[in-house]
Amino acid sequence: MRMRVTQSQQKSRSANMAFTLYALIQTAILFTNAIAVLHEERFLSKIGWGADQGIGGFGDEPGIKAQLLNLIRSVRTVMRVPLIIVNSVCIVLLLLFG
Amino acid sequence: MQVGLIVFDVFTSFAEPKVRMRGSAVDSGEPSQLFDDTSAGHNAGHSGVDKGPMVYAGQSLLSDPVSNLAMAYGSSLASQGKEMMDKNLDRFIPISKLKYYFAVDTVYVGKKLGLLVFPYMHEVRLIFCPVCVFPAMAFITYILVAGLALGTQNRFSPEILGMQASSALVWLIIEVLAVLLSLYLVTVNTDLTTIDLVAFSGYKYVGMIVGVLAGLLFGKMGYYLTLLWCCASIFVFMIRTLRLKILSEAAAEGVLVRGAKNQLRMYLTMAIAAAQPVFMYWLTFHLVR
Repeated sequence: MRMRVTQSQQKSRSANMAFTLYALIQTAILFTNAIAVLHEERFLSKIGWGADQGIGGFGDEPGIKAQLLNLIRSVRTVMRVPLIIVNSVCIVLLLLFG
Repeated sequence: MQVGLIVFDVFTSFAEPKVRMRGSAVDSGEPSQLFDDTSAGHNAGHSGVDKGPMVYAGQSLLSDPVSNLAMAYGSSLASQGKEMMDKNLDRFIPISKLKYYFAVDTVYVGKKLGLLVFPYMHEVRLIFCPVCVFPAMAFITYILVAGLALGTQNRFSPEILGMQASSALVWLIIEVLAVLLSLYLVTVNTDLTTIDLVAFSGYKYVGMIVGVLAGLLFGKMGYYLTLLWCCASIFVFMIRTLRLKILSEAAAEGVLVRGAKNQLRMYLTMAIAAAQPVFMYWLTFHLVR
């Protein structure tokens, strides 16, 4: 009984470690999709993270919140079209190969 | 890049017999050499199957103009491809700048290894140069040592080496991305490039190797003790290195400047340095039983 428990522990430990590059690509695509899905008017403005609300000061200290808003806005602007392409490719590949 | 050229050369050399076959069908008025070749190839017997094409290729170099043309074309194509690859590769990966990161000699390597394991003495000069030799070599050595450790527990198979390599690489990429993101969010104006961060993140592999080897030799107790020592030394090393790069000059000289910006940067430095022991433990604890 004890050997079976430790064997399953070993398997779960090594399975935890099995991070492939494919998993990294999946994670990156999912994260970028999550950022791209945030809607400007319906969501971000409601919580005060809109594109026109955060960046007030032109001093030399933008602050973390302003940097984060900048990052979200630029990711959404830049990655819109590539994400369409990448998502379509992913859908086709997953349909074909599971 | 060189591997691609070697593969290309192999392909062009394999293409020669095919070209020669077509040429021999065209000028079958040249009887003697080719027929002698065939008999020589057949007389060599079944064991010399791969000697046949070699003999054919040798003869075709002398006799067949078509294969000469093909070889000239192939070599010009190869040089064109090499130029194009050099140009494009230099655009993506700055190769000339990479050479700077690999310019070391043995004495420097020895001193830096000693500094990694025992950073408590004051040798500021050596800290500045982010050298890529250590992370590259330490990464590969870590993969090999992981294979060795798994082999002593009868858990080894050749796929596991690839799995270890890819998972360690993935953790490295995740760590570098997290550090880049946090550096961007805190608006630190440093001259830390991405390769610098990769080099700094690769220093912990040295400690991991030492820890796993100690665990192999001395059991779990030796592993924990050595890992503790290496974690502490990597922590101190990272803080001393990053403090000079991230924090402003006033704080780097030891004077504690009480400002919100500097405090945030100090927290960031400590967070980066504290993440190293966590990674060191996470990547090695499953190797030592």
